[in-house]
Amino acid sequence: METTIDKTGVRIGMWLFLYSEVILFGGLFVLYAAYFHRYPEFFVEGGKELDRIIGALNTIVLLVSSFTVAASITAIQRSRKAQAIYLLLFSIFCGFIFLVNKYFEWGAKFSHDIYPNSEKLAFGEPGINIFFGLYYVITGLHGIHVIIGMALLSVALVFVIRDKVTANRFGMLENAGLYWHLVDLIWIFVFPLFYLVL
Amino acid sequence: MKSTDHEHEHILSYTLLAVVLASLLVLTGVTVGVSYVDMGFFNVPIALLIASTKATVVLLFFMHLKYEGKLIVISFTSTVIVLCMLIGFTFWDVAFR
Repeated sequence: METTIDKTGVRIGMWLFLYSEVILFGGLFVLYAAYFHRYPEFFVEGGKELDRIIGALNTIVLLVSSFTVAASITAIQRSRKAQAIYLLLFSIFCGFIFLVNKYFEWGAKFSHDIYPNSEKLAFGEPGINIFFGLYYVITGLHGIHVIIGMALLSVALVFVIRDKVTANRFGMLENAGLYWHLVDLIWIFVFPLFYLVL
Repeated sequence: MKSTDHEHEHILSYTLLAVVLASLLVLTGVTVGVSYVDMGFFNVPIALLIASTKATVVLLFFMHLKYEGKLIVISFTSTVIVLCMLIGFTFWDVAFR
């Protein structure tokens, strides 16, 4: 029996989901815009507390991992299974590095008494409180997306190993890749908005 | 098993992907460098302009949007327009109250 696969249809489903993700983060960026307008000087002050070196490092880690995910799709299309496996393993490793960096970053903030409802924030300037509130919500939600992305890439990796994702049928890998690139896209906006406000 | 629409199977070479990555890394360097220069109001628009350029590059090549059919391109563009309206009109309201 012959089965036909609608390859474009498989991707359209994923794109529809990504649109809802764009609007989800878009809503949070609306809050950022509105409060940045109200408390510009405190957003600048809050931004100076963040380490732009760690932020830039994490940007590079995500960009490189996006590259290796895109390359793993090329590898699968050319039926180079081993290459695809190593590229995916490396991408998942990059996600892990990103989270380790985030752990140290958040840990440093916690030790400086900067976390939701800490004394310094709750009884300090409202502008600073809102800046770090948005920082924790947006980077936290983004972090959850990194974890989900790593899980999806791991599933794709297993599928590649078991020959369920092949040169003829790689929609699952493509969709996992699309999700991973979205995570990268969001970070591309989060990085300048939080780390680089002058 | 048979697959449909072969015209959408564009294989992006490693070289092209590496060039895309290099340009993204350069833009990251630029946005970090520019952030050290105080241009007052213009810092935010410039940072957003660079971020939008990076996002466009990721979308076109890593996410294959350049090679997709009309349906995905149009629906994606519409989402971006809705997002701009969402952010634009809300900000407009807040800024000129």
